Amino acid sequence: MKDTVEPYVTADGRTIGNILMDMRNITLRFGGVEAIKNISFDIREGEIRAIIGPNGAGKSSMLNVISGFYNPQEGEVWFRGEKRPPMKPFQVARQGIARTFQNIALFEGMSVLDNVMTGRLTHMKTGLLAQAVWYGRAAKEETQNREVVERIIDFLEIQAIRKTPVGRLPYGLKKRVELARALAAEPKLLLLDEPMAGMNVEEKEDMSRFILDVNDEFGTTIALIEHDMGVVMDISDRVVVMDYGRKIGDGTPDEVRNNQEVIDAYLGVAHD
Amino acid sequence: MSADFLYGIEVIINGLMAGVLYALVALGFVLIFKASGIFNYAQGVMALFAALTLVGIMEGQVPFSHLINAILGTEIHDFGWEVPALLAILLTLIVMVGFAWAVQQFVFRHLVGQEPIILFMATIGLAYFLEGVGDLMWGSDIKTLAIGLPQGGSIWVEEFTSGLGGDGFYGFFIDKLDMVATIVAAVLVIGLIVFAQYTKQGRAMRAVADDHQAALSVGISLNFIWVLVWSLAGLVALVAGVMWGAKSGVQFSLSLIALKALPVLMLGGFTSIPGAIVGGLVIGVGEKLFEYTIGAPFLGGATENWFAYMLALIFLVFRPQGLFGEKMIERV
Repeated sequence: MKDTVEPYVTADGRTIGNILMDMRNITLRFGGVEAIKNISFDIREGEIRAIIGPNGAGKSSMLNVISGFYNPQEGEVWFRGEKRPPMKPFQVARQGIARTFQNIALFEGMSVLDNVMTGRLTHMKTGLLAQAVWYGRAAKEETQNREVVERIIDFLEIQAIRKTPVGRLPYGLKKRVELARALAAEPKLLLLDEPMAGMNVEEKEDMSRFILDVNDEFGTTIALIEHDMGVVMDISDRVVVMDYGRKIGDGTPDEVRNNQEVIDAYLGVAHD
Repeated sequence: MSADFLYGIEVIINGLMAGVLYALVALGFVLIFKASGIFNYAQGVMALFAALTLVGIMEGQVPFSHLINAILGTEIHDFGWEVPALLAILLTLIVMVGFAWAVQQFVFRHLVGQEPIILFMATIGLAYFLEGVGDLMWGSDIKTLAIGLPQGGSIWVEEFTSGLGGDGFYGFFIDKLDMVATIVAAVLVIGLIVFAQYTKQGRAMRAVADDHQAALSVGISLNFIWVLVWSLAGLVALVAGVMWGAKSGVQFSLSLIALKALPVLMLGGFTSIPGAIVGGLVIGVGEKLFEYTIGAPFLGGATENWFAYMLALIFLVFRPQGLFGEKMIERV
């Protein structure tokens, strides 16, 4: 067990704690294709962990393994010091792992507020019959959850569109609503699949700021996939680099930047 | 006011009340279709099965008695007790929830991600299966459903309104059962809307109807929600079965009310609860009014049998998504 590691304090004064999620020798196959080949890495409490790599490197597959959308054929997933049995995505969500999607998966017909409220579902304890019998208790629970949700809506600066049906929002705002919904679950681990894909520079800056603020204010551990190298190197504490399903680099942005294999993967290498 | 005009109003009122029953059946379809994309052909048979079960439980019939007698050589048919209506309704509801669970567990769980046509075929199979089970459990004879719902025209309404017209007008004839059905349906619909809008499970249900993947990511069990919507559809089927059963006896033809729901759905849209209600009312009023003004005087009557389908056909040509359905736009 390498569960206990020395906590350390980052340059900007955040404390990085124990290992929260430990992926051990994960292999994922689709038929004969190995999407992930024997990869191990960990995510520590309070850190921003990036997974990068060229297209088709298996980054999204890795995120899907963490969030339970895929179950790996080999390897172990350890979460909060316990080995996780194969799980359905909704069970993983109930464990406190929230996520966003590369192609935005929101409830288009529902308002922003309702969308974010669905993020609270895992925190609602009152059962079906109890809601009918003890109306007061359900109402109280609803109020408490509304407070959390309103705080997050304020935080992400989407008050103005609270009542708007999500289907009518522009792309950048949808991404933000999706983040709000994931945050509403008050997750222990937040997974972001390309949170800045398709955004312009200004939107990217906004999103980077939100990610840093979320990590800073709520202490949320974040694992993200991102293509924009500048952004990744700026905001993440540690970076995993994947290529063709293999892990080719792991470390701080500086370490990764100087890793020859990483440079080769990104810039291509001359074959003679 | 002229008597003709008043009769017209009476026709509209009766049409509205018939429409409420159509809407009730259509509602069962919409619930399941919205949440899982399954067009449930078995909805009508579910109404029949619910009504059969209710009668069977009330009369203290032994389920599968023919089968048991044939195998064991016994001669048992009933327990010899009678169950009060309210308790019987509750027990029937439990049976319907059990059915919902079984449907999900044994059929649709294994068909996740299949083409809509395959899911549809499965519901056809389900319809015949359930019909057979209903026969085997409770026998195939026509039963009367006597849960104490009022029958016949309302004398009160007739006397109250008889003063409106001249000598030739004797007041509105409104069926008491229709009135009860309208009230029950209204309560059920309001209940469903409150449930969907304000409860945890209702919100989860709407979430699943909107996006499966996103629903999973916020911790919603699709299986649970599907059992829930099939249970709700079972509840709606029970109410529809009771109302239609009380009207015309519990018999096989009860399952054909599902066919009446089809034009309602085409009119209102397959994915809209308000659409099902409005569609039901429009068809109820439309067919009665058409019969009264054009059908009976000019076409020899009995237009009620086909009017709804004709209306649905016209809608299919000009507004295929229905009044309230989502417009399907394919981006290229």
